[in-house]
Amino acid sequence: MIARLVIALGLLLAALPVRAALDIEEVTTPGGLTAWLVEDRSLPFVAIDLRFSGGSAIDPPDRPGAVNLMTALLEEGAGTRDASGFQAEAEALAARFQFRTRRDTVAISARMLTENRAESVALLRDALTVPRFDADAVERVRAQVLAGLAQDAQDPEAQASDAFFAAMFGDHPYGHPPEGNATAVAALTADDLRAAHAAALSRGNVHIGVAGDIGAEELAPLLDALLGGLPATGAPLPGPPPAPPPGGLAVMPFDTPQSVAVFGQAAIAEDDPDFIATFVINQIVGGSGFESRLMSELREKRGLTYGVYSWLAPLDGAPLWMGQVASSNATMAQAVDLIREQWADVAGGGVSQAELDAAKTYLTGAYPLRFDGKDRIASILSGMQQSGRPIDYVLDRNAMVAAVTLDDIRRVAGRVMDAEALRFVVVGQPADMVGQ
Amino acid sequence: MSRLALTLLLAALALPRAALALGDDGVTTLTLDNGLDVVVIEDHTAPAVTHMVWYRVGAADEPPGQSGIAHFLEHLMFKGTEAMPDGAFSRLIAANGGTENAFTSWDYTAYFQTVAADRLGLMMTHEADRMANLRLSPEDVETERGVILEERAQRTDSDPGALFAEQLRAALFLNHPYGVPIIGWRHEMAELDRAAALDFYRRHYAPNNAILVVAGDVTPETVRALAEETYGQMPVAPDVAPQLRPAEPPHRAERRIVFEDARVARPYVARSYLVPARAPGDQGDAAALLVLAELLGRGGVTDRLGAALQLRDGIALYAGARYNPTARDAATFDIFVMPNEGVTLAEAEAALDRELAALVEAGPDPARLSRIKARLRADRVYDLDRIQSRARQFGVALSTGLSPADIAAWPAAIDAVTAEDVVDAAQRFLDRDAAVTGYLRAPAPQIAEATQ
Repeated sequence: MIARLVIALGLLLAALPVRAALDIEEVTTPGGLTAWLVEDRSLPFVAIDLRFSGGSAIDPPDRPGAVNLMTALLEEGAGTRDASGFQAEAEALAARFQFRTRRDTVAISARMLTENRAESVALLRDALTVPRFDADAVERVRAQVLAGLAQDAQDPEAQASDAFFAAMFGDHPYGHPPEGNATAVAALTADDLRAAHAAALSRGNVHIGVAGDIGAEELAPLLDALLGGLPATGAPLPGPPPAPPPGGLAVMPFDTPQSVAVFGQAAIAEDDPDFIATFVINQIVGGSGFESRLMSELREKRGLTYGVYSWLAPLDGAPLWMGQVASSNATMAQAVDLIREQWADVAGGGVSQAELDAAKTYLTGAYPLRFDGKDRIASILSGMQQSGRPIDYVLDRNAMVAAVTLDDIRRVAGRVMDAEALRFVVVGQPADMVGQ
Repeated sequence: MSRLALTLLLAALALPRAALALGDDGVTTLTLDNGLDVVVIEDHTAPAVTHMVWYRVGAADEPPGQSGIAHFLEHLMFKGTEAMPDGAFSRLIAANGGTENAFTSWDYTAYFQTVAADRLGLMMTHEADRMANLRLSPEDVETERGVILEERAQRTDSDPGALFAEQLRAALFLNHPYGVPIIGWRHEMAELDRAAALDFYRRHYAPNNAILVVAGDVTPETVRALAEETYGQMPVAPDVAPQLRPAEPPHRAERRIVFEDARVARPYVARSYLVPARAPGDQGDAAALLVLAELLGRGGVTDRLGAALQLRDGIALYAGARYNPTARDAATFDIFVMPNEGVTLAEAEAALDRELAALVEAGPDPARLSRIKARLRADRVYDLDRIQSRARQFGVALSTGLSPADIAAWPAAIDAVTAEDVVDAAQRFLDRDAAVTGYLRAPAPQIAEATQ
């Protein structure tokens, strides 16, 4: 059955002629898969975005990094092709595949030309369903992952991020980076990778977004051909982590001219009725552009940093409100104090009507600009499904933002934000800072 | 009333939209009376528009001792004018749901906004305003100097790979300012002041030194009318002329550097050759070099270097090449090899040189050559999907001295590259005397004195 829903991407600006209509169809395949499709025949290619819930969170406790190494090997030999054969065929077809592992998702995106779509689908199908994990490919890619981990250990940003997640989640799988650690990755066997493959990729945990030169009638059999060989279900998810520890500050000494701080606290889930208000508050505190509280106080007024940002990280079962800043060792303490000050001010109801209005016009205006490119549209569609959004969310989203009132902002800021709960991890040699 | 030279680009323009797949249709160029060049790229798929102003000036045009001033001025351009003080333009863009940014290269400095199409006139009004009416307070300059020093700390000083690349480039260029980092040398950045920024601004920012690129849901007629009302009113700067830059002398001696930094986790070898860029009316060498770089690859196991050094010999963790063909005066062709554990940098370099020699000896595999060219054609289809990247390609090409005809001819130049062209380019341009080879590694471990 094909449900059809026409969604107009309305800018909430007066009198703007809305000519672009994003027409999202829900496509259900004979094999029981569901996908969201935006048919757009303007260019001869299609973008497919697949998100498999789970990601590195389903790594066995003694095998952190298994899902990541498995995912990195999907294009290194599949079916009858070894790594060279696979990549030569991808090159000949001019198909573009990307495979990534995140803490709660394996994300796979593909762009393929209409003229050889069937061959490109067959190639991607083999990568997803019959990867080989040949010994030489495993060793080659393992060495690359280990080199990446070694570089992360010397990179203050990566160190700060890893230490932050470890502090927030401890032994829960979210506490380790998707890449795992050197000892565990060195010990992974081909059997471990096959187990990770069976656990991570299934028809039951996939969310599918498609945009481009294809209609629903062609897409349904394509998806069954692409994913029909996967098992019906994969590994169960590990369950949410315990509540994060109280706020605080840790300093990790590292010889570098500029310190990096990663900070954050627990947030609320995307299906929480207060999520949209939280999203608007984040724009005011540390969202994109030069206008946020943090950019204004740290960069524009004081020149303490090149950039400071906050964002909502909707980790499944453990949503976070995070931020990051880099500042000279001499000024990091001041930067951290200012961030806490702003956090406390907003939590205490300090947002003005003018700030709220500016954030709302920015967010509603910028939303349609996200749909620039079929790969981006496909990714938005799969992401909406993974977050449990309804198909008409694209239509309603700006109205939901516009409806947020100053009372909402003050109430939700008081509910969600807590300067005392903010946890900072600083990597560098910051002056006048000691861990708490 | 001003007269406009309206030039329609490309025969492909006459084709219907459905046939645009491999062409650059929908593109119109014109020039205002005051010398501002205008490019309009029509794409009506979304009610949005990207508006960019490109100045034909960059870090390679800085006065000696003022490295970083082009980029510093780019930051200061967000401070304000009399009409729009204290960042009011940025607030206006945000309040209209737009996004903005700017970037500085050696050859150009560009400012852009993406907004709903009916806000284009507003963007033009204020971008034209700051073309001539920038107002800087001493406090703005002091604060923003802190920001660029933090930017350098974050993007360069905190990253040994970035510091190494900076040293390689400085060693490659003997005389041309392409050897000076865009962000600037720290000791000179610390001295940049308001007067230097305003001097650079007055000297280079004018309609007759700029290119306007508008891409999206617009028509050339609308853009022309809006541009006449806004940029068309800005005064010509009489002294703006193509900058004469110090040119490279013949390179007669190979250079080698060793950069040691305790933060290096995995050592690698990099080599940077001085090679030609796309030249107006003559893009053949650049096309051959581009195909050569694609053949050598980016770390894939079917790429020439990946197949030999990663897969066959097990010498390298990664090996690849990169060539950016679009620059005004010269380009670099860069190769790097990160050896596997147990392989020295010298062994990795020797293996690289054997592979380069083998390519010259035997020539590229014809089947792979045609696959590479097909992939580059497909990339152009994928690129058409991103209106901003199309606009950017036009801005980069035009601001580095290429013409619309050169841009139109570039795909055909790539398609025309033969196996012989690739070998010929490798022989002529991969010249060790015109190159620098660098090793990036951690210092050897100190043997601790047995004092405990």
